[in-house]
Amino acid sequence: MSRPEPAVARLAVIALLLGIWEVAARAFGNPLFICPPSRVVASFAALFRDADVVEAVYYTSFEILVAFVIAVVIGFALGLAVGLHRFTRGAMYPVILLLYAMPQVTILPLFVVVFGIGAVSKIAFGVSHGVFPMIMTVAAGAQSIEPILLRSARSMGANRMQVLRYVVFPHLVPSFFAGMRLAMTAVLLGVLVAELYVSQAGVGRFTSAFTQTFQPANLFALIGVLAALAITLNELCRRAELRFSRWCAG
Amino acid sequence: MNSRVTQRLVQAAFVASIALLWHFATASGRVAPLLLPPMPAVGHELSALAADADFWPDLRTTLFELVMAFLLAAAAGTAAGYAVSRTRYAVRTFEPLMAGMYAVPAILLFPLYVLFFGLGPGSKIAIGATIAFFPVALSTVTGLSGVNRLYLTAARSMGASSGQTFRLVMLPAALPAILAGLRIGANAAFMAILGAETIASFAGLGHRIVSMAESMDTAKMFANIVLAMSVAAMINIAVSAAEKRGWKHEQA
Repeated sequence: MSRPEPAVARLAVIALLLGIWEVAARAFGNPLFICPPSRVVASFAALFRDADVVEAVYYTSFEILVAFVIAVVIGFALGLAVGLHRFTRGAMYPVILLLYAMPQVTILPLFVVVFGIGAVSKIAFGVSHGVFPMIMTVAAGAQSIEPILLRSARSMGANRMQVLRYVVFPHLVPSFFAGMRLAMTAVLLGVLVAELYVSQAGVGRFTSAFTQTFQPANLFALIGVLAALAITLNELCRRAELRFSRWCAG
Repeated sequence: MNSRVTQRLVQAAFVASIALLWHFATASGRVAPLLLPPMPAVGHELSALAADADFWPDLRTTLFELVMAFLLAAAAGTAAGYAVSRTRYAVRTFEPLMAGMYAVPAILLFPLYVLFFGLGPGSKIAIGATIAFFPVALSTVTGLSGVNRLYLTAARSMGASSGQTFRLVMLPAALPAILAGLRIGANAAFMAILGAETIASFAGLGHRIVSMAESMDTAKMFANIVLAMSVAAMINIAVSAAEKRGWKHEQA
């Protein structure tokens, strides 16, 4: 009864961990490698007065958004093709599963060789991560449409476009948003891994610069910003999924 | 029946058309061999790789990193999952915290780990273990806290001690979820280690691929990518087989 709410206890745990980090870093940490959280917070302001860093964060966000949009569009089209037609499913699904099961990090250098070290290779790598969860989820959603709904729409004289518009798309709304959430997680991973590998104008340039010149405060701050960006984008997709999957429960 | 044959034909045609496209693009000289090496060259490098077997030290490094990372994550993940699953209050406090941290791409920590642990295997083990920890811990929590209360009450009313309840009721009931978490963790750790080796390292399969790419030896790079993918496939098969055995053991 006297226990605080779990949310409050959670915040207390986080505060406790930050406190331990602060004390441990001050007492034992080598300032070349680690720094207390108070210094990280202090370096936020200085870091974001640097126009280059701000621009790099924008640049990376741009890569993430472009990759996400491309992955969602291609993934939706392919997922529809695979989910709706038995023939394309039989023909393409095993190929897609095989591609999905490949460890994609191994071909990251190939992406850089083909697309260069600029934004294009990051976007392409992000798309290659995000497109598969989208295909899978949309295909699964399209397969779960009851055949009787399609048949009755057709028997009442709906043409192909009308069936898509009034039966298939409304049915796909929950899986579309679920796929978007999974695609966002995957795109973030793909773009950030590619950024860390080699980067010209994105955040990867600064993460490696801060590591090589032993500036832990700046590195922590930049990683904190990227983590916050990732959490925000993931959370937006999760909220959208919750909101738009509600109609089918009712 | 007939459509199944045609589907197989379409698949075969898809693979064959990619191979043909590859062959003609490189044979006609339209695509520079630097971007896409001709197929025979890759085949040649692949057989050279098998003959020399100079990939062994790198393979050993990567597998060592994977095993260490997996053991760390398995031990820490199941322990943390068990500790959290003890009370409902702890589950409600810590599970959202862990799930939230799991959603952040943990590869972001890699530059920090390079700073802490250096460019050697240490930073790869750390990143692999961090990434594998969350699925293991979360599925352990799910498995242990999802045990039907009725079974626990029944076991206790029949006089089982708390040790017996854990060993004979909770563990068997939670085992499938824990095994699934371990499988996801092993795969995630392997991807993370390959990625980390690609980003910054001295040795390992990821490092091999990068050094070939940087010396513009594309045919060799393709051969090494094939090698890394077959290792990944073998790990996948081994882990799935282990998971199936665990299931059988549980049913027996």
